Amino acid sequence: MKYLDEFSDPVLAKRLFDDIRAVTTRPWSIMEVCGGQTHSIIRHGIDQLLPEEIELIHGPGCPVCVTPLEIIDKALEIASRPDVIFCSFGDMLRVPGSGRDLFKVKSEGADVRVVYSPLDALKIAQENPDRQVVFFGIGFETTAPPNAMTVYQAKKLGIANFSLLVSHVKVPPAIDAIMNSPDCRVQAFLAAGHVCTVMGMGEYPELAERHRVPIVVTGFEPLDILEGIRRAVRQLEAGQHTVENAYPRAVQAEGSPAARAMLSDVFEVTDRAWRGIGMIPQSGWRLSPKYREYDAEYRFSVTGIQTEESTVCRSGEVLQGLIKPHECAAFGKECTPRNPLGATMVSSEGACAAYYLYRRLETPDKEASSVG
Amino acid sequence: MGHGGGGTLSAELVEHLFAPAFGGDVLAELGDSAHLLLGGARLAFSTDSFVVRPLFFPGGSIGDLAVNGTVNDLAMAGAVPAYLSCGFILEEGVELSVVGRVAEALGEAARTAGVVIATGDTKVVDAGHGDGIFINTAGIGLIPDGVDIRPQRAAPGDVVLVSGPIGVHGVAIMSVREGLEFGVEIQSDTASLAGLVADMLAVCPDIHVLRDPTRGGLATSLNEIASAARVGITLDERALPVPDTVANACAFLGLDPLYVANEGKLVAFVAAEHADAVLAAMRAHPLGKESVAIGHCVPDHPGMVVAATGLGGTRVVDMPLGEQLPRIC
Repeated sequence: MKYLDEFSDPVLAKRLFDDIRAVTTRPWSIMEVCGGQTHSIIRHGIDQLLPEEIELIHGPGCPVCVTPLEIIDKALEIASRPDVIFCSFGDMLRVPGSGRDLFKVKSEGADVRVVYSPLDALKIAQENPDRQVVFFGIGFETTAPPNAMTVYQAKKLGIANFSLLVSHVKVPPAIDAIMNSPDCRVQAFLAAGHVCTVMGMGEYPELAERHRVPIVVTGFEPLDILEGIRRAVRQLEAGQHTVENAYPRAVQAEGSPAARAMLSDVFEVTDRAWRGIGMIPQSGWRLSPKYREYDAEYRFSVTGIQTEESTVCRSGEVLQGLIKPHECAAFGKECTPRNPLGATMVSSEGACAAYYLYRRLETPDKEASSVG
Repeated sequence: MGHGGGGTLSAELVEHLFAPAFGGDVLAELGDSAHLLLGGARLAFSTDSFVVRPLFFPGGSIGDLAVNGTVNDLAMAGAVPAYLSCGFILEEGVELSVVGRVAEALGEAARTAGVVIATGDTKVVDAGHGDGIFINTAGIGLIPDGVDIRPQRAAPGDVVLVSGPIGVHGVAIMSVREGLEFGVEIQSDTASLAGLVADMLAVCPDIHVLRDPTRGGLATSLNEIASAARVGITLDERALPVPDTVANACAFLGLDPLYVANEGKLVAFVAAEHADAVLAAMRAHPLGKESVAIGHCVPDHPGMVVAATGLGGTRVVDMPLGEQLPRIC
């Protein structure tokens, strides 16, 4: 298939596997930051085919997984209001809050709608002037610009019944937090290519230098990921720690100036809690004062939320690369996609879901095999 | 909503709620159609309800689907479809011209499939209590002597064949329902498969399993068969016939084509010695000219479907929980 097939060619992949094998002389731990990369690695069996010295550690880059429980609970409360049409991307609907999710709220009569673009939510607001329309704005630097653009459009068009429930997060502060952890085992990073498509690579050289860690900007198809790993291993073997762009067909050094300008107009950087990880300073965005009236938290005064996390779920350690999903005692037993304890089991980009979906030959699950 | 998606939740609803409440041995088989013995004749009997939005889409309409869906359920038992019933539930306010277009499409599809609409019913519900038009069809057909097609008959060594490109209907519906445009128009593959099945049975009456992978896609059908027969299934991922348009649309939305609905495709399990003949018969029929072998039945990992990835790894192809949800990025 044009644009995709050529990046999963088995002959080229074998050549890259051979190259990686040839340069590897000792064990290395490499973190792929993005959940989309994790999904691709597990789906295509890339980790099974790498030399055993190379360990891939799955990072925190699943936007659904790291959205704080408090924000999910706020979404559930806002969505439950009779005058609200609550719009979201599909994969947020199954994420558990404290006891329920958006599907449950929908089945109780709330008007929850799946949209494919925040602009669709704005259109719904235009078509329903007597209702409040809220869009659930989560995600990394990839989804933040269109959400910012939508708020900009709402203000420009004077659409007063639209607001954004914001929980945007930034990748570089998360890399910094992971490297600052005393338990950190990460020796190199595959940075998320689509994040750099928007933001460019300017934030990474300082991180690479300070933590003496190679960072390779990497795409999402199998050959992209193998090329990222090959470059990371070459740097590690040579004792280097530079920033490399292994995704040049999508990433320019300066990123997208238009998207960055939109971000800095509509949002401002703030401290943000990451589900399972905790507070990371300066790691998120919120609406800037100029757009505060479009902030759903401000508009709906959602306060007094009491959150309740599972006591056995270890998704936070999975997100920080400290354990593999199947090393959690609840994996595949109390915690399945059917009854998820944490967001990493719900999201299609979550590491636990990827292991559950694609790796049950290695970690058999009795519950799932008895249903069917 | 997930209980209507054709995945694990749908199966649980039927197995744990409906089947125990209704009782009876016939229902316990849980195939696409029931196999009945009546006056010495072996009949297949099936029913299906159609709630598709929009009512008209590229390549078809709810009228075509209402015929082809039930006809195909009968054909998947190897039956020659004969008679259909047709129940319309109309929402107050739906235009009669729209009902007329649907009825014409339904009649045309029945004539093409060679079945007779023998009885019907019409109900009208209040505005706001329906979605324009809902249709239920039920059908009966005669199963020829010597034909015994059931999911339980899948056996290690069987070759798994599929009659053409997958995921086309689901992407066609998404392209109009969600207002998504994928650069080229994708037509639904809705069609009656009874003729194709007849040609396959002519060269091999001992086909073990037939299934039309509708809701939940090919992955769901294969999981159901693996579970019913307690066999493993291995797929060659690179052999899967996924058209570029479907692959691109799915990549864009974060969906897996294996789970996207089809309405005019079948999957067949045949013993290895008959596979070439059946494949040739499929390719000789207009609805099966792009048929391919995609995998095998194996004694390993019973109840589980495992794909060999293009790079040489393996992955489990699981039963979906409910509807697939588009990803955030």
